[in-house]
Amino acid sequence: MNQNHQTQTNQGLTAKHVCKAFGKVKALDDVTLDVKPGEFFTLLGPSGCGKTTLLRIIAGLELADAGQILTGGKDITGLPAIKRPVNTVFQSYALFPHLTIYENVAFGLRSRKFPEAEIKKRVGRRIEMLDLQEMADRHPHQLSGGQKQRVALARALVNEPDVLLLDEPMSALDARLRAQVQEDLRRLQRKLGRTFILVTHDQAEALVCSDRLAVMRSGRVIQIGTPEQVYDNPRDSFVAKFLGAANLIPSKRVPGGVETELGFLALDKEPPWEEGTVAIRPEWIRIGDEKPERNGIRARVSEIVYRGTNFDLWLEPGHLRVRTSSYKRVEAGREVWLELAPQELVILEDDHV
Amino acid sequence: MSNPLLSWYGELTTRNRLLKRGSLLLMPGMLWLILFLVLPGFVLVVVSFATRGAYGQLEWTFTVENYQRLAGFSLFGWTSDYLLILWRSVVVAFVTTLVSVVLSYPLCFFIAGRSERSRYMWLTLVIIPFWTNMVIRAYAWFLILAPEMPIAKLAAFLGFIPAGSPLYPNAFAVYLGMVSMFLPFVTLPLYASVERIDWALVEAAQDLYASPIRVFTQAVLPQTMPGLSVGIILTFVPAMGMFVVPDLLGGAKYMLVGNLIQQQFGSSRDWPFGAAISMGLMVLTMIGLHIYRRKGKEIEYV
Repeated sequence: MNQNHQTQTNQGLTAKHVCKAFGKVKALDDVTLDVKPGEFFTLLGPSGCGKTTLLRIIAGLELADAGQILTGGKDITGLPAIKRPVNTVFQSYALFPHLTIYENVAFGLRSRKFPEAEIKKRVGRRIEMLDLQEMADRHPHQLSGGQKQRVALARALVNEPDVLLLDEPMSALDARLRAQVQEDLRRLQRKLGRTFILVTHDQAEALVCSDRLAVMRSGRVIQIGTPEQVYDNPRDSFVAKFLGAANLIPSKRVPGGVETELGFLALDKEPPWEEGTVAIRPEWIRIGDEKPERNGIRARVSEIVYRGTNFDLWLEPGHLRVRTSSYKRVEAGREVWLELAPQELVILEDDHV
Repeated sequence: MSNPLLSWYGELTTRNRLLKRGSLLLMPGMLWLILFLVLPGFVLVVVSFATRGAYGQLEWTFTVENYQRLAGFSLFGWTSDYLLILWRSVVVAFVTTLVSVVLSYPLCFFIAGRSERSRYMWLTLVIIPFWTNMVIRAYAWFLILAPEMPIAKLAAFLGFIPAGSPLYPNAFAVYLGMVSMFLPFVTLPLYASVERIDWALVEAAQDLYASPIRVFTQAVLPQTMPGLSVGIILTFVPAMGMFVVPDLLGGAKYMLVGNLIQQQFGSSRDWPFGAAISMGLMVLTMIGLHIYRRKGKEIEYV
């Protein structure tokens, strides 16, 4: 339905060298991003990393100190929020409490003085798409968190924005519902083919939803890539730890590999540093009773954590975390062989651990 | 006593005991209201139907003449004087409230935007006039509006008043005095609401292409309605009966219903007529509040 129209209005978004300071605190420090048309792009980072500030600058709710914002090649840096072809789903949803769900969704169209018939058509379509028909006449306070979130989505999408901005839209939902909504959101975005930019501190959310994501820290973008790229090849120890779990092993470069407290580890590539860190995901470590050919480490299981889908084992030396499937139970205190295969070891760029 | 025990905020008690204690606690307040509101109100109604004696004393002859007089009918035919005064009072109270509201919004946003510390300083500045007696404050305007002061000179220069005359008594001085008296009554409750505004709603409205007027009516007004209502009622009701300000700053030509009532109970010694006017004022105030409630609800759900 209306596929042509939707691809037509579909635009990407570019941020060029955006800087923003609040007093002495640099919220954004030379951020450059390129979001492709129709992409689900996520800004991931801990609180205070500047991701929300960047979103607000894109929305026009905050003014950048320097830099440019472009949608579809058009410079919108100087445009106020009401003139931007972007709409936002707010963290608190910010639904108008005195208006019904229908009127909330119709708000943007009414602001732009659409004819009543057109408003009815468009609002009806979005309300149906997000399964809100039965709530149309209710007020926001009568809705659950998940329903409110869908109203906020409908209210933004009804305006057919070039870019939809989502500011931690799942943070008010409980864990179970959140997982469901993440998948729904992903499907909705695929169906619409519209550009979505999501802000979140939840790495699982970022992995589930995004086509590409940007990991941010202290106002800077540290790494941009597909979820697989970033998860498999974290650029530094911050990304490795923030996105999933990681064993960080302090290392010294020696011919053919690195020397660590676990002993010599062979690597496929030569590290660019003398001293640094290599990382390995807990689920990438193989565990067995026989000594592997390369990078075998004798270790003792010190602690077992049951996680339902798997066990997390903590092993000495090196306080390594290893993830094993839950049907293979290992007793604490047992000696095992670990294989930290060279192709699974990631050489991190940074010096700060 | 077969009363079942019940838990009242963690205390185990019975219904009867609670009722007894509740009425005991309510007693002082109820007594106060009965003694100083219900009884006098009743007396006022009775007196308004009594007759004025030759020397100003009350004579208990039932009559509706006082109300007829208020409506303008007298021995000498119909006159609009009293109705005009009533109407003028409504207009003055309405305009005073409106101007106070219009002035309060920017003031409240200004104060709410200050740092936490200076906010209290600004609020104190709003409250300070309360420390001075109303009559003295009204007299203060005499000085400010005196012929030697810049405002009067400017008005004279622009041709509004003859050179060398003060800017009072007139309607302008009454409005000036009224607004300055009642502004804090709107500002303080409104500020309490403005301080708690959820700015995300304002941003959401802007994000959804709302014009500044639409942002105000849809995102700001509904959120500040509670404080605004209190402010409007606190201003409109006493403004309807105000007599100090119009007496001093309005002169005889700008009489309000408050002055009229004061005159009846004072110099004219016509208590029954004064009581009838009071009743008229009360009815008008009620009508005003009723209209406001109806309109207020409409605004809230537009």
